[in-house]
Amino acid sequence: MKVITANFVTCAVKECKTSAASFPLHFQDAELEQLELDLQPEFIRNVLPRVDWDSLRITATELGFPALPETKPEGDALNDEQTLKDLHRLLLETSVVEGKLVCGNCGHQYVIKEGIANFLLPSHLV
Amino acid sequence: MEYLVRLAQCHETFRQPELEAVATLLGIDLEIIAYHEYTPFCVVRLKDEAAARALVARCILAKDVLELWGQGRTYDDLHADVQQRSRHLWEKYRQVSYALAVDCFSGKRSTAKKTEIFESFGYLGLEGTVRLKGPDEQFHVIEEYVTDVEQHSIGTELSSEPRMIYFGRWLAKSQRDVILTHTLKKRKYISTTSMDAELSLVTANLALAAPGKIFFDPFVGAGSFLVAASHFGALTLGSDIDPRAFRGKDHERKDGMAMLQNFKQYNIVSQFIDAFTSDITNTPWRDTQLLDGIVCDPPYGVREGLRVLGTRDGKVIEPVIIDGELNYYRKGYIPPKKPYGFEALQKDVLEFAVRRLVPNGRLAMWMPTASDESKSFPVPMHPKLEVISVCVQPFHNWSRRLMTYRRLPEGEVSDTTLGRNKTDGEGVSADDLNAFRVKYNNRRALGTDQPETK
Repeated sequence: MKVITANFVTCAVKECKTSAASFPLHFQDAELEQLELDLQPEFIRNVLPRVDWDSLRITATELGFPALPETKPEGDALNDEQTLKDLHRLLLETSVVEGKLVCGNCGHQYVIKEGIANFLLPSHLV
Repeated sequence: MEYLVRLAQCHETFRQPELEAVATLLGIDLEIIAYHEYTPFCVVRLKDEAAARALVARCILAKDVLELWGQGRTYDDLHADVQQRSRHLWEKYRQVSYALAVDCFSGKRSTAKKTEIFESFGYLGLEGTVRLKGPDEQFHVIEEYVTDVEQHSIGTELSSEPRMIYFGRWLAKSQRDVILTHTLKKRKYISTTSMDAELSLVTANLALAAPGKIFFDPFVGAGSFLVAASHFGALTLGSDIDPRAFRGKDHERKDGMAMLQNFKQYNIVSQFIDAFTSDITNTPWRDTQLLDGIVCDPPYGVREGLRVLGTRDGKVIEPVIIDGELNYYRKGYIPPKKPYGFEALQKDVLEFAVRRLVPNGRLAMWMPTASDESKSFPVPMHPKLEVISVCVQPFHNWSRRLMTYRRLPEGEVSDTTLGRNKTDGEGVSADDLNAFRVKYNNRRALGTDQPETK
């Protein structure tokens, strides 16, 4: 599971959707893999406005990345190649292959195995 | 200027919507002057040659495009039209090397007759050398005859003479060759329900897949739609309630999930984001506008089960602790699932799309219909989704449709009075829940169905 995906999902339990504590889900025991993928600046520019920056900062810290700037890069900052490369590396090239995503509200753990997160819920949480 | 788009004579109802979708995607003003389902020839008006090349270069159901110099029902009419319409172009091509071809659709001409036809264009004053291989310009005379398919279907009379003749300068071919590289026959990893390459690519076109965009398939299976959308440059994600199809069996997994092999095969690994296991009725997606496109072929409940999370009797199964561990965190735990309504599922997809698509983002969703419903089949609708097109792929006793919707920007509302309001979310057995499954199975029991192709 890539960092960008972790920024787009939250707890699958319906009652958690309205709780601020359910997002972002927190990585635990995360085993990382760094991939090398083509840099696509137009993708970063198009999708970055949809990224929840505060949550991304939390996720980056949890995964051991250096602290991100406090505010989301916008406008001219997105023409800076290093900024684009850093975002590309974090959002798309960093993948959690094994580990868990844990909801800060209900505590449910979503297991990640071979890069595939499992968001299916047991009966009592549906 | 008018241009002649030569379409593939197949998947007829998808052809015009694809042209229109590509025009929308590329910001090209497209006016369709003449289109008919029984012929491959479509006359369009476009701003310039660059627009014609760009438009057709992105299409799957078009073959190529010509600058239209004239057309007519007879050669006399054609020559009169060419002289009137394109005289101002002749000087420009006087010295180029060229080739002239006579193409007959659903008809034949002898070599002697073709030579006679070539010679009748002498007034163009082409003085350059004739070069059959690699000429500067290719000119085509295209004769269109009535097909026996049209005769059988609507009774048009066959004739030994063409119904229409076109003359034009050839400009560009389409992207149709991609079908050959994407064909399921040569694809590394497929499943029993993989959508064929051609229609997957068309689906991606109708949903406006393009570089910089993010696309999602909530019923990803082996990922046919994802590779198609990624071929056009979108970054893609998929999910499925059953991960086996995209993950693959042990021997099918080499360096990650099996589906990724297809992205490697087509050299588009950089366009793949993720696949995860989830259920559309309990989705982990954040409830906000995140996606540019959603492409999917939801399960019909015929060959593959149509199930969502929950228990059949609606009773909650309380968690238990086994060996000091909650049972649902143990290896091999399978969450209980219940059968679900086919129409309820489509309604959930629309609701999911409305919440996650960006304004003007598109949903392209397949849906099967038994043929007896075909005359007035109800399209699932939503006030915040505009129906852009409904395309039909007919089979012997059933058909399936591709519906394309546009997420309306806030403040715009779509007329849904013709849509389907009934839901079938309540019910116990698979048959209670799925009118399509009942019809499909009854027909099979009566022996009216054609054997399934293997």
